[in-house]
Amino acid sequence: MTTEDSSDAGIPAGSGNPGSSANSPAPSRRSLIGWGGAGLALGAAAAGGAVAVAGTGDSAAPAAGAGVAFHGAHQAGIATPVQDRLHFAAFDVKTDDRAEFVAMLKDWTAAARRMTAGKAVGEGAYGGLAEAPPDDTGEALGLKPSRLTLTIGFGPSLFDRFGLAGQRPEALVELPQFAGDNLDRVRSGGDLCVQACADDPQVAVHAIRNLARIGFGKVSVRWSQLGFGKTSSTTPEAQTPRNLLGFKDGTRNIAGTETARLKKFVWVGEKDVDENSAWMTGGSYLVARRIRMHIEPWDRTSLQEQEDIFGRDKGEGAPVGKAKERDEPFLKAMLPDAHVRLAHPDSNHGATLLRRGYSFTDGTDGLGRLDAGLFFLAYQRDVRTGFIPVQRNLATDALNEYIQHVGSALFAVPPGVRDADDWWGRALFTSKGA
Amino acid sequence: MRPLRLSVVTAAMTVAALTAVTGCTEKSSAGADGVVAVTATDTKCEVSKKEFPAGHVELDIENKGSKVTEVYLLFPDDRVVTERENIGPGTKQKVTAEVKAGEYRIACKPGMKGDGIRQDVTATGSGKVAKRDPRLDKAVASYRKYAQEQADATLPLVKVFTEAVKDGDVEAAKKAYAPSRIGWERTEPVAESFGDIDPLVDLREDGLEEGQDLEKDWTGWHRLERSLWQDGKLTARDSELADQLVTDLEDWQNRVGKAEITPTSMANGAKELLDEVATGKVTGEEERYSHTDLVDFKANVEGAEESYELLKSVAAENDPALTEELDKQFAALNTLLDKYRPDTTGYDFVSYDKVGKADRKELSDAVNALAEPLSQLAAAVVK
Repeated sequence: MTTEDSSDAGIPAGSGNPGSSANSPAPSRRSLIGWGGAGLALGAAAAGGAVAVAGTGDSAAPAAGAGVAFHGAHQAGIATPVQDRLHFAAFDVKTDDRAEFVAMLKDWTAAARRMTAGKAVGEGAYGGLAEAPPDDTGEALGLKPSRLTLTIGFGPSLFDRFGLAGQRPEALVELPQFAGDNLDRVRSGGDLCVQACADDPQVAVHAIRNLARIGFGKVSVRWSQLGFGKTSSTTPEAQTPRNLLGFKDGTRNIAGTETARLKKFVWVGEKDVDENSAWMTGGSYLVARRIRMHIEPWDRTSLQEQEDIFGRDKGEGAPVGKAKERDEPFLKAMLPDAHVRLAHPDSNHGATLLRRGYSFTDGTDGLGRLDAGLFFLAYQRDVRTGFIPVQRNLATDALNEYIQHVGSALFAVPPGVRDADDWWGRALFTSKGA
Repeated sequence: MRPLRLSVVTAAMTVAALTAVTGCTEKSSAGADGVVAVTATDTKCEVSKKEFPAGHVELDIENKGSKVTEVYLLFPDDRVVTERENIGPGTKQKVTAEVKAGEYRIACKPGMKGDGIRQDVTATGSGKVAKRDPRLDKAVASYRKYAQEQADATLPLVKVFTEAVKDGDVEAAKKAYAPSRIGWERTEPVAESFGDIDPLVDLREDGLEEGQDLEKDWTGWHRLERSLWQDGKLTARDSELADQLVTDLEDWQNRVGKAEITPTSMANGAKELLDEVATGKVTGEEERYSHTDLVDFKANVEGAEESYELLKSVAAENDPALTEELDKQFAALNTLLDKYRPDTTGYDFVSYDKVGKADRKELSDAVNALAEPLSQLAAAVVK
């Protein structure tokens, strides 16, 4: 299969959430003039620029079956148009042997290069030695690349190993305990992570499964999370998908085409690093938060209260007092504890995150409640001016009554793999003093 | 122990693997004399030669017909030497085997039905299988001896256990239970290859098939385990079960010597032992009443290590990086297991219900770290 083989792909990317036609009574008078909101993400900020960018029609998203280039200045899977499905895995390092770990990173890179192009790992899933298990596990055979992206990140604890302490960037801090955090340590942290996003869930799961298999003995999966529906868009013309609370959230996300905003808010620049952390130039910082939603109490909450909590109306997603989802919000029209108001860059000294979160449902929790929520993923140039101040500001968020942060991790995401000779983490492991 | 149905499947597969004497590696090349071109059509099964030297033979198959076909290399009694199914129209496939001198059939089955269109062929030669590395012959012989020794040593330990059961001595029986299983657990793939013994002696409660009665049809160690730990009392039925266990294990003891063992089955058996650990012991399912899972765990690892050590010299020549990794991971797992027994010369392990979730994950990680390279051992041996 080639990466060009996309002509008969299924759903066009970035089709957003067309579901409103199925259950959308004509907007009521109240929803047009009452409390509304201009889409910000749960626990995050959006917007920043003043110009709405909806509907340019200049799609940056390839068709759903196509491949996304693996090589580049930045890793794919950040500014890349958001795919429909996620499998995210955090790993613990099990080896003390630096050379063995580096060899694994090279093996991972080779496997990732093949899988993102829609090819099987190693010598494939069949046709090899009859006595040996095949290199590839086989469940993605015949599937398209499905815009698979694989993005690696390094957690703070990795820098306690392999003599890397001197290379730990100052910006890779430990996240503080935030108000309301109820973190499960088993589902938090990790020495490294891989974010697999694809339009086909089997392609994403196949990728993590095969990387985990290659890693046995060197790393082990600490925790992983499946996401079934994107909650953000990095494609300017796409509609904002709804989260599991039924709201559009994150309308003014940073788009993959907004080079200036990416540079300002997402990519680590040359001035952000010193000699020891120069390897992060072109990288980014990823915050992952497993946010459980109290679905059943939320569903019993009146529409008025739901809209008040978000600061936008449920049908259109318009900010309070505005008509359209992408209208600039007037924050003072919202209640002081409205989610949009507290998360907005104007309330956070301009702090802006690129959000790539996914809805998750891990069945029910044994008490008959949906174990569901948002697996929040946000990329930023520096968490100290990004996620941390925004999340602190959300301490009084009215939404907190219906959500709980139960998992947390922070990763330094290195720059992209440049070419066929490059590998994940090369700049870190070959940098001076490392 | 695995559920009954699986055991039978495993046995069947083991037999198939053995009869094929395989080594059917598509990469290894047969000499030009050993290559037979097979042209299959909807009505014909043409072969380029009817005689080839014994040893490594390769069938180069081309399906020129319109139906999906299968091609078999068969012994005169229709036992399968090797086969390839699902060969689509217009496609080519290769299949290889090691064959002794003698008469064979090549059969094409257009439409994958019926007895097929057959050609008689002959493997010529001195009547010997292509020469196997004598070190591997020695490894098989040593392993057979080991398996026999384990069975021989197990029976007296089992009788200590069953006598205590028959005496109604719950405490003595509990004490003798786990030690009576060690030899079995070390060599379980050999016992499983017989198919019928394993479900009689090592079936777990969840392994019963539909229609089987838990009280009437469930026999073996784990049935007695339940009486001892869950019921806390022994009945006349338990005495019957104790005698039955001895009878069934004597059958095992008598048959070990006749088991078909090859270097490949030894290597795969080692991997299967780790699979047993990964699916049954790490989860605490195997010994759900007695929680003596770590004793079985250790015995499984020991049995796998025995196979590995016997095959290591050959594997190390073919794939030195693999044996280096296996040495490392066996050592790491054994070191980890030693944390769970105060006396590293004995088999008194911590009760598995006292092993917390994080520790179980550490054990699971160590099993995966060993089992993944162990799955490459068979290929390294037959290379």
